[in-house]
Amino acid sequence: MRDILEIKAVSKIYGAVVALRDISLTVPQGQWLAIMGPSGSGKTTLMNIIGCLDTPTQGQVLLDGLNLGALSHAGLTAIRRESIGLIFQEFHLIAYLTALENVMVAQYYHSLVDENEALEALARVGLRERAKHLPRQLSGGEQQRVCVARALINHPKLILADEPTGNLDETNENLVMEILSQLRASGSSIIVVTHSQEVAAHADRVVTLEHGRLAQDRLVENSASLANEKILTLSPQRDLGAPLRPNIVE
Amino acid sequence: MIWKMVFGALGRQKRKNRLIALTVGLGVSLAAAMLGVMFDVGDKVNQELKSYGANLSVVPRGASMLSELYLLTDEGEGQARDEATPSPAGLAEHFISEADLYKIKMIFWAYNIVDFAPYLTVPVRIGEKKTLLIGTWFQRRLDLPTGEKVETGMTALKSWWRLEGQSGADDDAAGVLVGQRLARELGLQPGDTFNLAAGGQTRIAHVRAVFDSGGPEDERIFAPLALAQSLAGRPGLVERVEVSALTTPENELARRAALNPGSLSRIEWDTWYCTAYISSIAYQIEEILPGTRVKAIRQVAESEGAILGKIQLMMILLTVLTLLCSALAISNLVTAGILERSVEIGLLKALGASNLSVILLFLLELFLVALVGGALGYGAGLGLAQLIGFSVFGVAVDIKPLVIPLTALMVLAVTLLGALPALRALLRLKPTEVLHGK
Ligand SMILES: Nc1ncnc2c1ncn2[C@@H]1O[C@H](COP(=O)(O)OP(=O)(O)O)[C@@H](O)[C@H]1O
Ligand SMILES: [Mg+2]
Repeated sequence: MRDILEIKAVSKIYGAVVALRDISLTVPQGQWLAIMGPSGSGKTTLMNIIGCLDTPTQGQVLLDGLNLGALSHAGLTAIRRESIGLIFQEFHLIAYLTALENVMVAQYYHSLVDENEALEALARVGLRERAKHLPRQLSGGEQQRVCVARALINHPKLILADEPTGNLDETNENLVMEILSQLRASGSSIIVVTHSQEVAAHADRVVTLEHGRLAQDRLVENSASLANEKILTLSPQRDLGAPLRPNIVE
Repeated sequence: MIWKMVFGALGRQKRKNRLIALTVGLGVSLAAAMLGVMFDVGDKVNQELKSYGANLSVVPRGASMLSELYLLTDEGEGQARDEATPSPAGLAEHFISEADLYKIKMIFWAYNIVDFAPYLTVPVRIGEKKTLLIGTWFQRRLDLPTGEKVETGMTALKSWWRLEGQSGADDDAAGVLVGQRLARELGLQPGDTFNLAAGGQTRIAHVRAVFDSGGPEDERIFAPLALAQSLAGRPGLVERVEVSALTTPENELARRAALNPGSLSRIEWDTWYCTAYISSIAYQIEEILPGTRVKAIRQVAESEGAILGKIQLMMILLTVLTLLCSALAISNLVTAGILERSVEIGLLKALGASNLSVILLFLLELFLVALVGGALGYGAGLGLAQLIGFSVFGVAVDIKPLVIPLTALMVLAVTLLGALPALRALLRLKPTEVLHGK
């Protein structure tokens, strides 16, 4: 199994603030990874770097084998377009476009708009009937599901969600988690930042950041997302600072 | 898709977009008006200067005295009042005899007199409309006592007039030329017939042509001199003669002579008299037509030309300034609009929109708004141009076709210039800074 993501000794420094300190992390294809940690621990910074929205001060990031550090600004934009699906805590739907059109915007910048495909994506998140509604006519949970549809419309290699359920109630949180679980089941690689243990319980693996350091890396047993056929083990020779190498045994 | 986004966004910021359109419109209206006036009035005045129009005006001495007299009555009550109404005997002092006009071609510099035409003005009514009828020679054949035959008249003098119809004829007693603005107002066309009333008389007149002079004459009627004389009850008289003469450029001597020919020495005087200075030709006409005063009018026109050049320069500067102000005002509005929409723009970038495509989207929006503003501004500019034309130059302004592409170019320039700061903001906007901002 290939690694979708390989982070090697990445640091991000803002003046005096060290947001990320020597992070190394490898995510195999198809894994659902949850990132936890207190506020200010560097979760968003890490997600931005993985999502090609930002570049590390030091270290290397390989996305599906491609070294991001070698890419120009335009190259990073292209990777974002081609390979990444983004979901935000605050949804960020365009207010004057309908649910359908919001999904189609992602198609437009990716390649060609295809209304039927966009409708299918909305159907996958259970919003086929709300396609013509504007964001303000949708509840928070529905808006977030539109965002999920938008994130998956171009079949990204990796879906990144930064606190996707932070603004949702429990019912909607469960709905969104269910959709992500289905995506996971169909083979998508997902990274979710969350504060919630319940959300993390859906993942295959949970890493915890503290003060920009990787503090913990554990597998979730009996992941709520699905009866996991793949058994994930951590490499035995694990010491502080060394990259964590999860191995997959089929 | 892109149109949905453009129009969606346009609908969202209606107030701001209206303001932008208004700003563009205001700037463009002023600029278009300036351009329209500049091209057209400049053209007309230059045409007049270039064509050998009249450069001397012959008026009766009494005419100026009369106006001075009226001035006196206005200021100091009483003493001049009795003389305000000229006695029949004094009448000749206020007019020039038509029969003497041939003499103009007999002065020392006779060959330098290219052309001349007399005028007599009569107030007339056509239905309810009051206007002026001006009698003149259109193309009069003169037999000089020397046996020479010459042809002279207004047709050659106003060579830049555009006629629609036949040119005027002196022997066509009821055939008149009607100024284009008057013709439009009265609905007259070449071939039409209408009634003229003056004093107690009514005459039938035939429209031979409609003319465009580009000046105040466009509201008047030109007729054979005899018609004007009979309507005015002044047979054989004219009130003014315009003369076109070839002249030598003025010098110090000519200027001194123009002030007072008596101040010259004998030799200087001879030199001056035998040179075709405008002042010496004027002097010679005054000699041969006693009781007249001859004024150089070309010099006025020339300084008008110089002033016009300066006014045009000022207009260009004003236009540029106006457009700069518009651009500045737009840039504030547009930048504010971008800041308001930073999250949306950040999102598009995060979704993989390139800088170029975001800029295109944004410029498309802006140009649509500017186009509306520009079109409205152009319309307003046309009106403004007429207003300026009439109030400043006393002529209607024909907008030259060139003004349209120039206006479009101005809209483009103003919009692009105004968009520059916003474009910088667009390029610098980082999705990470707006999408996670809480
Ligand atoms: N653009 C920035 N400039 C300066 N400091 C930043 C910037 N972005 C993040 N930080 C700092 O980096 C640290 C990690 O931030 P962040 O990744 O947003 O944390 P989290 O998402 O875990 O709450 C914080 O101390 C934050 O203040
Ligand atoms: Mg965060």
